[in-house]
Amino acid sequence: MKVSEENSPQQKQPQDDHWLVRPATIRKLWIVFIAVLAVTVLAQLIISIKGYFGVDGWLGFAAVFGFLSCVAMVLVAKGLGLLIKRPESYYDD
Amino acid sequence: MTELIIPPALVLLAGAILTGVTRGIARTGVLLLAPLIALWAVWQVPDGVAVTASFLGYDIEPLEGSSLRRLFATIFTIMSFTGALFAFRQAKWYELAAAQAYAAGAVGVAFAGDLITLFLYWELMAIFSTVVVWCGGTPAARAAGIRYAILHLLGGVILKVGIEGVVVHTGSVQIDAMLANSFDSWMILIGILINAAAPPFSAWLADAYPASSPTGSVFLSAFTTKSAVLALILLFPGEPVLIWIGLYMVFYGIVYALLENDARRILAYSVVNQVGFMVCAIGIGTELALNGAAAHAFAHIIYKALLFMSAGVVIYRTGMTRCSDLGGLFRTMPLTTICGIIGALAISSFPLTSGFTTKTLISVAAQQQGLALVYFLLAAASAGVFLHAGIKYPWFVFFQKDSGLRPKDAPWNMGAAMVLFAAACIAIGVFPELLWTLLPYPVEYDAYAADKVLFYLQLLLFSGLAFFLLLPLMRRTLTISLDTDWLWRILLRRFGEGVLTLLRLWGRRAQGLLNALVDRAGPRLMRQLSSAGALGGSWQIGTTALWIAVLLTAYLLIYYL
Repeated sequence: MKVSEENSPQQKQPQDDHWLVRPATIRKLWIVFIAVLAVTVLAQLIISIKGYFGVDGWLGFAAVFGFLSCVAMVLVAKGLGLLIKRPESYYDD
Repeated sequence: MTELIIPPALVLLAGAILTGVTRGIARTGVLLLAPLIALWAVWQVPDGVAVTASFLGYDIEPLEGSSLRRLFATIFTIMSFTGALFAFRQAKWYELAAAQAYAAGAVGVAFAGDLITLFLYWELMAIFSTVVVWCGGTPAARAAGIRYAILHLLGGVILKVGIEGVVVHTGSVQIDAMLANSFDSWMILIGILINAAAPPFSAWLADAYPASSPTGSVFLSAFTTKSAVLALILLFPGEPVLIWIGLYMVFYGIVYALLENDARRILAYSVVNQVGFMVCAIGIGTELALNGAAAHAFAHIIYKALLFMSAGVVIYRTGMTRCSDLGGLFRTMPLTTICGIIGALAISSFPLTSGFTTKTLISVAAQQQGLALVYFLLAAASAGVFLHAGIKYPWFVFFQKDSGLRPKDAPWNMGAAMVLFAAACIAIGVFPELLWTLLPYPVEYDAYAADKVLFYLQLLLFSGLAFFLLLPLMRRTLTISLDTDWLWRILLRRFGEGVLTLLRLWGRRAQGLLNALVDRAGPRLMRQLSSAGALGGSWQIGTTALWIAVLLTAYLLIYYL
């Protein structure tokens, strides 16, 4: 990749002074995130989700299904990675 | 037809040629105006066959309109315009010209009324997309471009075999819906599926697109796979095998993207993933499902180009593409970060973005047909899209850790193109009716039913939770992942090398035998050839005349026999 002179990134000392990356902010973000997660599940008590195939109308079904699907996919990818991952230079000779 | 109809593909082709002969502001004008004129021309194409011609003794229909065809041609020309806006100050002129010719191929396919026209434009796309890959300019781009060209020309041959078969057996070159139930139709299906990056030929996409220039991958992401989707809608609606091919592509894309370290390769794998949703919908084949496939293709071109644009800006500014080298760029690239996040939310079908209104059409189609397994697999896949593209891509590129890089934000034209497409993602998400009116079948569908929104919010947000809890398992490694192309890049080459070695070995042995023979028989032969020998010595005239007479007699005998 060619990078022209004016575009070359200025290498500065890494410094985590941005408010978004401060531990206190990240803690607050987690709290808000968990609160939102709880609200989306509890909201089902007010808005009933129509289950087309039975189970998909259960309380928190989508939450559990989404979470477990992701865990499964990450684990499958991890396992497959053991077989098919190769160094970047694999195809170069 | 009395009124003049301009084929939109020819407008883009003319633009591509003019790009080469103009300079400066005129070239910029051509690059930006040709797609807009083509877009206008797209909307002048009436329903039904607009142009007929004779080609090699066949009656062909180079221009046939329908709402479905105009929908695809519309997004192809919009993509051509926005891509040109994104790239015109940074890309080489020949890349821009090739990209416009490539778009012409896609628009030509969209309006092709017969199989011969479709094939010609299909090959036009193959040629000029290869040029766009080569414009990456690196040895890796050159090699990837050659692999890309070989596979696509091979796919073209397979498609051609199928088309020839159909023409011979039915006598018709018409584009009619068919099922994969004969050799001919299978060949056509396979030829199209190769361009759709279906298994076992998915690898070309993640091989070639990330090798192109920072601007090239924006064009590449749009045309080849989506024109294949259109061809499938026209030729194979409701072909059941497509459901399973589509589902395979969906999960293939997710798993490979999860393993990937290169930012653009993550996006390339997610193209396969998204096209999988469309292919699956075409397999379901109801009006709702086909609407879903078409609408999703439209929305997908916009948000996927937006994602590739954000990655392109990052590569243009930093020269880096590995997630392990990037991170923390949100500090100095706020516009690119926000546009990248909007694209990521749209691909994840987050409510209020385009993906939500189009992808749920496909899920509802599966549910209405009572395909429970397909429905739940698509839901799991939606969660997986959020995992690999919705969070993983923006997280590793723009947040993650502080890489120490402080690049400038996007140049103005790149920024403008991104803002345009980011706005389109949100506009289609908030006002889906805008897109509904363009769809091939009438839409009676409430995208924002409260329970559906809640279902998807739960699904997506808990996928987000899974991502952050599983982050330690997703540490980036400096690796690539093997794919089926290993078979021809390594196995086939080793086989070829083995055959060559064997031939060389045999050759050497044969030469040895020959040498031994010469050593033994040579002196005797030489003696015969010397002046003392029977062959080398001078003969008596009589002997010579005798032999000539014998030979002439033999010749005469053979002649009369």
